[in-house]
Amino acid sequence: MEGEINILEHELVPKHEIVPPSEAVELLKKLGIEPWQLPWISADDPVAKAIGAKPGDIIRIIRKSPTAGEFVAYRYVVVEVTKKS
Amino acid sequence: MSVLTTRISRIKFGILSPDEIRKMSVTTVVTTDVYDNDGLPIDGGVLDRRMGAIEPGETCPVCGNTRDSCPGHFGHIELAKPVIHVSFVKYILMYLKATCESCGRIKIPENERQEYLKLLRDLEELGLTYLKKRFHEYIRKRATSTSTCPHCGFQSRKIKLERPYTFYIQSETELRKLTPSEIRERLEKIPDEDVILLGGDPKSARPEWMVLTVLPVPPRTVRPSITLETGIRSEDDLTHKLVDIVRVNNRLREHIESGAPRAIIEEEWELLQYHVATYIDNEVSGIPVARHRSGKVLKGIAQRLKGKEGRFRGDLRGKRVDFSARTVVSPDPSLSINEVGVPEEIAKILTVPERVTPWNIDFLRKLVLNGPEKWPGANYVIRPDGRKISLKYVDRKAVAESLEPGFIVERHLLDGDIVLFNRQPSLHRISVMAHVVRVLPYKTLRLNPLVCPPYNADFDGDEMNLHVPQGEEARAEARILMLVEKHILTPRYGGPIIGGLQDYISGAYLLTVKSTVLTKDKAATLLSVTGYKGGLPEPAILKPREYWTGKQLVSLFLPKDFSYKRNTKIGSASALRCIDEDCPHDSLIIVKKGILLEGVLDKVSIGREEPESLMHWLIKDYGEDFGRTFMDRVYKMFVRMCEIYGFTMSYDHLVLSREARSSIDNLIKEELKEVEELIQLYREGKLTPRPGKTLEESLEDEIIDALSKKLLDRVADVITQHFKLDNPVVIMARTGARGNPVNLTQMSGILGQQTVRGKRLTRGFKGRMLPHFKPGDIGAEARGFIKAGFVNGLNPVEMFFHAAAGREGLIDTAVRTSQSGYMQRRLINALQDLRVFYDGTVRVANGEIVQLLYGEDGVDPMKSDHGKAVNIDRIIEKLLA
Repeated sequence: MEGEINILEHELVPKHEIVPPSEAVELLKKLGIEPWQLPWISADDPVAKAIGAKPGDIIRIIRKSPTAGEFVAYRYVVVEVTKKS
Repeated sequence: MSVLTTRISRIKFGILSPDEIRKMSVTTVVTTDVYDNDGLPIDGGVLDRRMGAIEPGETCPVCGNTRDSCPGHFGHIELAKPVIHVSFVKYILMYLKATCESCGRIKIPENERQEYLKLLRDLEELGLTYLKKRFHEYIRKRATSTSTCPHCGFQSRKIKLERPYTFYIQSETELRKLTPSEIRERLEKIPDEDVILLGGDPKSARPEWMVLTVLPVPPRTVRPSITLETGIRSEDDLTHKLVDIVRVNNRLREHIESGAPRAIIEEEWELLQYHVATYIDNEVSGIPVARHRSGKVLKGIAQRLKGKEGRFRGDLRGKRVDFSARTVVSPDPSLSINEVGVPEEIAKILTVPERVTPWNIDFLRKLVLNGPEKWPGANYVIRPDGRKISLKYVDRKAVAESLEPGFIVERHLLDGDIVLFNRQPSLHRISVMAHVVRVLPYKTLRLNPLVCPPYNADFDGDEMNLHVPQGEEARAEARILMLVEKHILTPRYGGPIIGGLQDYISGAYLLTVKSTVLTKDKAATLLSVTGYKGGLPEPAILKPREYWTGKQLVSLFLPKDFSYKRNTKIGSASALRCIDEDCPHDSLIIVKKGILLEGVLDKVSIGREEPESLMHWLIKDYGEDFGRTFMDRVYKMFVRMCEIYGFTMSYDHLVLSREARSSIDNLIKEELKEVEELIQLYREGKLTPRPGKTLEESLEDEIIDALSKKLLDRVADVITQHFKLDNPVVIMARTGARGNPVNLTQMSGILGQQTVRGKRLTRGFKGRMLPHFKPGDIGAEARGFIKAGFVNGLNPVEMFFHAAAGREGLIDTAVRTSQSGYMQRRLINALQDLRVFYDGTVRVANGEIVQLLYGEDGVDPMKSDHGKAVNIDRIIEKLLA
């Protein structure tokens, strides 16, 4: 489609970024978990596609929170869960 | 007791194959006769003795056990013709649609088929069950959407299912019924691999097993017969149903053997199908339910398992307990809020196990001597060897003598014991709290009315449950975590949920209002109910007599370093609002250094569910224990004040003066005239419609606006001027004890326009609501406008209108409770395993993270201020004071 909009610039889309592997290892160590224990995000999620995340990556989401002002969440990118073949 | 060390690693469900059914069967059921002439079960009948021993003294001919240890054995019925299992029609349809009519293979090309099989194996290995499920769905969709078989090229015809169990095949010309035999043949043709592709398991659930050729007959223990006092046997529903099945089955077989016409065979076959279907599930839609001769609906197998009372939710997951009591509750304000009054009769039945030690041996001997009949007594003694001695039938003197350290005495419930108290529905953690026992006469459980809000209890016949923890750990846990005072603050938002209501609030107002001055006598009376031991303070008025104010009495109980400042409930009315400390209406509470300087106490400061109230700050600053004692002592004083004052209300307090009444009547007349004009305008078609509304809707809106909002406000203004704060009804409404200003207008002013779903009342007769009006009358009176207030009385028509509108509210509550109850059940089911870990993360049982920090800010709402971790205003206020 022509004139595509960049969803990352939409005000309702919080900031997403891929966590570099070194940081990711540290994060997982801090939480004492395996990557799959993080909440999942599908690799074909529009935002995941837009920032170029591949399955196995960890995404950091920085968003506004009504209770904490700003909150950092993490997502583990997995192969598309919704579509098949 | 031995500890079970093996764990169940997995459970697999499957379908019984005909072979399996025959193999586990001990007998074939062939006859409809159940008992012979001697009343003994007939061999080959549905109650064949081989299917397990159930009578006392009977030995099972199969396993040789008696009733207690015979597990029961299955029998079977050989069906003359196969029938469809109703619970599996969905899957049968899927298999028929996805496979070829001619060769029985899945309608997917061979190369893709192999690829899918490999993919499925991979998914299985990786343990991705969800993906596997989705993949099966995809395969099914692909196979059903193809009509030409890629293997044999046969053009499959459409299959149609007519619920509950009739299948049709559609050719170009006709719709032909498929018999269960034909269906079974087709299912048999499906290769094992294709079953796997479609999500089945050929080892434990071959598709053709969904069409029954052999019916298992459950053991006799599953369907016991009951012998009534009259000696007549009454059989279980399943037994009745099985007899029906055998009867029809035999008839069908005879017809087939004698070569009866096809139509007759088909009719019997259909009947057999019906009986087998209702035997399995008697609530299938589309067929009539099977009934007893008496008309009672029979219970199928599915009905035994399904729903709230079913085997799963009702029996397996249902819990029942010992050491519990239940009766009607009644109020007793003289109890502490963490106490519960237990009738002596109950205290003699509920027991607490107490271990004998050198320190309590004399005390326990006395209890043992008293025995089970006399209250502080005991019911059982457990000796160290585990022998339990009932004190009912033995020489209690001897038992008391033999008592030694190490024995356990199950003694009666005594004052000071800890028990759990509960009222259903238990939606909250505060629906179950620990209370301290107080054994009292009479027959009801008693609780302080202040703890009604957490239980949502009232005393119109409510019953509550009581449980006695039996172990030391349980009692310690109850005392530390569950005691009432630990729950004064709700975990919902951190405000107090326990607090004054009704008379407590009226009393608090009466006590602290400026006009109340107390003689020494009265002040002493009030303080005595609190158990106050100190002296009276300096009287506020010395001459002509010594008088004390209520505020002085309240101040006695406030901590000396406590400061507080807040508006009152009465100050929420504009006429009585104050902004600064110079307040003529006394509507601003100021506490400085533990002295209540100014302001009346009302709902905002001492009421329940009032965050940031006086009570809230007291509990936050001085602890729950202080909060409890404050409530126990000071709140009692409030109620006593009500009694001293003689607080009451009557008809006279609601009657308006003649002038006020006539001015209200004028207002009504004005407004009615306006409505008439509107109707006139509408009739002439001159009314301007509101945006997005039709002419009729606009008229209705205008009328409702005029008659309810505008009119009620204007009437309320007149009434407020008339009613002053010395009127008990007004005191209750303004302090928040009971009722609100709208109720006041409705009582002494007018009820106004009655509505159902926000519309004027319309339904009833054709063109009118009641036969008292002309058809087509859309005037105010004809559509539910009530001129009178409760004080004036309603005429019959008005009374009817009011009842019609009042019913809406009742229906709303009924619908809301059932819906929210179901939602609660589903939410709790989904969330019950979430837990906050020590690192602040919220995780599921297997360690998957739900939230990195609880609530994203890690704040415990119970210890927060309205969800915020700190209340800066309060800190500043405290520092300034």
